[in-house]
Formats: sequence, C-alpha cells, structure tokens
Amino acid sequence: MRPRTASTRLLGLVAALVLLSVAVVASIAIGSRDIPLDVVWSTLSGGLSGRSASTDAIVILDSRLPRTAIAIAAGLALGVSGALIQAVTRNPLADPGILGVTSGSAFAVAIAVGVLGVTGVQGYLWFAFGGALLATVVVYLIGSVGREGSSPVRLTLTGVALGAVLSGIVSAMLLADPAGFSAMRAWESGSLEGRGWDGVLPVLPFIVAGCVIAFVIARALNAIALGDDLAASLGARVGLTRALAIVAVSLLAGGATAIAGPIAFVGLMIPHVARWIVGPDQRWIVAYSIVLGPVLLLVADVVGRIVLRPGELPAGIVTACIGAPVLIVLVRRQKAFGL
Amino acid sequence: MIGTSAGVRARVQSATVRLPLVGVRVPRRQLLAGAVLALAIVLLAVVALGTGDYPLSVPEVVSALFATDGRFEQTIVLEWRLPRVLVAIVFGAALALSGAVFQSLTRNPLGSPDIIGFATGSYTGALIVITLVGDSYFSTAGGAIVGGLLSAVVVYLLAYRRGVQGFRLIIVGIAVTAILHAVNTWLLLRAQVEVAMAASIWGAGSISLVGWDQAVPAFAVLAVLAVVLLALGGGMRQLELGDDAARAHGVRVEVSRLSLLVVGVALIAVVTASAGPIAFVALAAPQIARRVTRSAGLPLVASALTGALLLLAADFVAQHLLPSAVPVGMVTVVIGGLYLIGLLIGQARKQQ
Repeated sequence: MRPRTASTRLLGLVAALVLLSVAVVASIAIGSRDIPLDVVWSTLSGGLSGRSASTDAIVILDSRLPRTAIAIAAGLALGVSGALIQAVTRNPLADPGILGVTSGSAFAVAIAVGVLGVTGVQGYLWFAFGGALLATVVVYLIGSVGREGSSPVRLTLTGVALGAVLSGIVSAMLLADPAGFSAMRAWESGSLEGRGWDGVLPVLPFIVAGCVIAFVIARALNAIALGDDLAASLGARVGLTRALAIVAVSLLAGGATAIAGPIAFVGLMIPHVARWIVGPDQRWIVAYSIVLGPVLLLVADVVGRIVLRPGELPAGIVTACIGAPVLIVLVRRQKAFGL
Repeated sequence: MIGTSAGVRARVQSATVRLPLVGVRVPRRQLLAGAVLALAIVLLAVVALGTGDYPLSVPEVVSALFATDGRFEQTIVLEWRLPRVLVAIVFGAALALSGAVFQSLTRNPLGSPDIIGFATGSYTGALIVITLVGDSYFSTAGGAIVGGLLSAVVVYLLAYRRGVQGFRLIIVGIAVTAILHAVNTWLLLRAQVEVAMAASIWGAGSISLVGWDQAVPAFAVLAVLAVVLLALGGGMRQLELGDDAARAHGVRVEVSRLSLLVVGVALIAVVTASAGPIAFVALAAPQIARRVTRSAGLPLVASALTGALLLLAADFVAQHLLPSAVPVGMVTVVIGGLYLIGLLIGQARKQQ
C-alpha cells in the first residue's frame, strides 16, 4: 500500500479539480458546432459584463453552459449517492441505478407527468424524491430481512427486480401514449440535450443538502464499515446513520434523476475509483466523488456528442457502455462481496 | 409423518399415477394440475376465438372449427383468430420452458432470460439485420436467433470462473444487457425513420402480426426444441442438486449445462424472432407451475401449460379488455411485475 497522507490526498484532489476544469472546457467547446477556445474564453469573461450577440456566444450561454452545469450537478449527486449506498449496504456492486433507486424516481416522475399532468421540474421534483425514497426503503427492507441481516446478493437481486419492473412499466406508459410522453422520451434515455437553467436551479439546494449529510455521517459510516456491533460500541448511532444515509441517497439520486433522467453506472464506478486512490476513509471518498462524478458525466456527454455527429448519443447510454465492463470486472474479482 | 416403509411405499403409490403408454410414474397432483390447466387453456381459447368485432357464441365457434362448409364464421375463426390464439398458446409454452431451463441452471427464480436479458441480444441481432439487409421475416428471425445465442455465449463466458455461479451470471447479464441496450439505441438513432419504425413495432412485443405463414415454421422448430428439452430433463433435475451431486450421479455437468443453455436460448430466440421481446412469462410461469403442482423441482410440462395459459390470458386482456388494444408485451410486464414483487416479499418473509 502506498502511504496516503493528508497532503498527498489533497494533491490528488487538486489534480482531479484540474481534470474537471479540462472537462468543463471541453464540454463548452465541443459539439455539433465546435467553438475555438479563445472565443470560449472571451465569451465567458465578457458574458459577465455584457452579452455579445455572436452565434457562438448564444450557443455557449444558452445551450452549452446550462448543459455543463447539469452534467456537473447530476454527476456529483450520482457519485456521492453511489458512495453512500455502497457504504451503507456494504455492497461493492451497489449503485442507485442497479438498486432500482433511479427507476423508482423515474417511475414517480412518469406518473406525475403522464397521469397527474404535472409539468416543469419544480412540479415533479418532489415526485422524484418520493419515488427514490420509496424504492430505496423497499429494496433495503426486502433485501435486509432475514436471519443473517442484509445480504449483498439478495439486496442486489431485489434492486434489479424492482428496477426492471418499474422501468418496464415506464416504457409501457411511453409506448401507450407517445404524444403525452414526447417530452419524457429524451429524459427517460438519460440525455442532457436541450435542458435550460430552469431544469437545474430548483434542484441544486437539495443536492447541496445531500452532500452536507454525506459529510456529516462520513465518520459514522467509517465505523459501520467495521460491522454494526463494533460501530455501536465505538459510539456511532447505527440506526440514525442508516436513516440519514437513505435520506441523502434519495435526495441525491432523486435530484440527479429529476435533472438528467435515469443514469446508471456513475454511482457504481466513481466510489471505486475514489477508494482506489484514497483508501477506505469515507470522508475522502465523498470529497473525491464530488469532483470525479462530474468529470465522468462530462466526458460521457462530450463523447456522446462526438460519436454520432451531427446527432447525439444520450450521456446515460455512454456511461452504461463505460460502466458495464467495470461491473463485469467487479463481479469477477475474487473477493467481490464485503467492503 | 411417521410410517413403516411399507406404509410409505403405499402412500407413494397412491400419490402417483403410472401413465398408460409411456409407463412413467407421475405424481397425482401434477397430473391433476396439468389436466386443469389444459382444460382452462381450451376454454379460454374458445372464448378468445368467439370474441371480437364479430362476436360468436361458443357453439358457433365449435361448429366453425369442425365444419367444412366454408361459411363466413369459418373464415373468421380459422383464418383470422385461430393463428393468434395458437401463437399465444405455443409461444407462451416455449417462453415458460425457456424460463424453467434458466431458473433451473441458475438455481434462482430470478435467473430467467428476461432478467438476464438474452431478449436484448435478440433485439440487437434483429436490429442489425433490419438495418443492413431489410425487414423480411426470415432474415429478422435469423438475426434474432444469432443475436440471442451470441449474447448468451458472451454472458456465459464472462461469468465463467471455475464454473458458473448463479449470482455472477445474473450480474454479468445485467452488464451485457446495458451495453446491448446502448448499441440498440445507437442503431435506432442511426437508422432511417421507416426502419426505426418497423424495428420499434417489433420491439414492443406483439403477437398480432404473426400469421399462418410465419407461425407454422416457428411451431415446427419449437416442437423439435421441446422434445430435445424433455430428453435433457433428467440431467436438469440432477444439476439442481448441485454440481458435485450431479457429477456423482454420472452427469457430465458442463456438457449438459451447455446443451440446456443452447436449447433454452433457442426457445426464447425463436419466439422473440417472431413476436419481439415478451417479458416476464419466462420468469413467472415456472414458479407458478411449481407452486400449483407442489413439486420440488421445476415441472417442465406444467410450466409449459402455465406459460400458455398466461400468454393467452395476457393477449386476451391486451386485445379486448383494455380501452385501446396494446402489444401483449406490455400486459405481461405488468402481470409479471406484480407477481415478482409478491415473490420477493414472500421470500423475505420466509427467511424472517
């Protein structure tokens, strides 16, 4: 094991931030209309004082910037929620997508939009949270009942089953009423295309709240990693920590789903990358996930813009392509179960 | 239940029935359940044959089935409605058999092809063929079968690590499904609009477009596969006991597992080729059959009958009971989904 002092970890975090800024610039500059870097720079610095009217400036300010912000917010939320759900279930294969949390959220949003006629992010945001919370609790309850407590296998299977059922019903609803769901179609595939600022701003406070909870319970989660009994004797409040973690996961995964649609595998990969760099300390894992999650989603989004020019591949599809092989590697590893 | 060995033998003999022609001893309960299921299928089929824009009474349907005078009723029943009803019965049975094979191999009620996602592989194969060659029945079917088999082999090889473990098979299946889903989206986005429309109709999972000319070759292939499966059934029973026990009983474990896998994939691939992916029949039917017959393993014949009844009923609901006719795949998703959640809750409660 290489030594992991606080300073090397900080250095790594700075490197990750540099990576993030490169990804942000790429996300602003690359697309069906490529924009030179100097124009990007002058627009960004000039955009604060006064709006220039060139096409490039309009593309950057009205389309690329909000899209980049969405990728950052959703990637961050998914990364942190993945870190939390892996810690609290002690399951290295846990991911808000695999455990059916994002499907629950998407299902609730589909009900809100299709059946109740709710429009706008502000309207269906609470449905996204509620669906995520309900799915998390149901999967956790069914997965953890039993004599030996929570077993990773049953938990994963329950999540997979619930996710399959819920997303099946959502796609059935999409098929039955194509007109009413035309807006949801792009959203359901996890595309970041064509969403404005009003799609992301109302969700931000909840994502921030979820991240704050994640930092607050990080120490207790470190203790829980040693086992419930040991954690309790170390002074961690196991039940409360679990409940808070579930609330945070619902806020983060539900929020990410509300702004970007059901995107899987970001929450699976990012905590593993973070753990590989910084070791098992939950505080550092959360900090790294906050930076690395956006990097992954931004890169996925940019790749999706390049491969099908002038069309686009939804970012959720690209993350699935990157993440699925990671899942296979993880499940093939010798000691896949137990964190 | 304490009894002398003679008493036990007597009870076993009274609980089983020797079939007259084949001479196999079958539990009385399985025989009874099979008869009831078959009767229900026949009754529902007659009702389905008589329901539609031109309603027919039960005697009219029966006379149309057996008369030879070529009346209008006969055209309706034999030409228009009978293919769809037969397709529902046969495809339902094939899906259930495929599900029974996979659940037995993975020793897990969730390890059915819809969860593992071989249907997505068939869809990818069909999409590639539709995009490259064009939309004809046999090329689509061929593409779907090759796609399903290929993805099955890939999932099996990726999950292989000193033998295949059920949980790993399922997770690898999920991962491969995710990649294939991405490929499908990419293909659909690249395709021309008409091609994408044709592929989407197929992808919804509907049996309404299957006529006699497509049904007959599919029936023939499925019949052969079913016979092969019944021949392999003994090995399947042994594999359920665990690899070591099966090996001790003289079963060549990897060989029979692989051949069961091929038959299981072929069954679902043929159905998917003709009707598109129809979810959850393969998942639910074998488990319902096991509960109805109170059998220890997954009963093949009862599973097939249950699957036939399920798909026939689902198609009846999709066609006649909903406000607008929908593809049958959507009805099976809802029915099977509710059943699946019940199954999981029951499992959790049993362990408490």
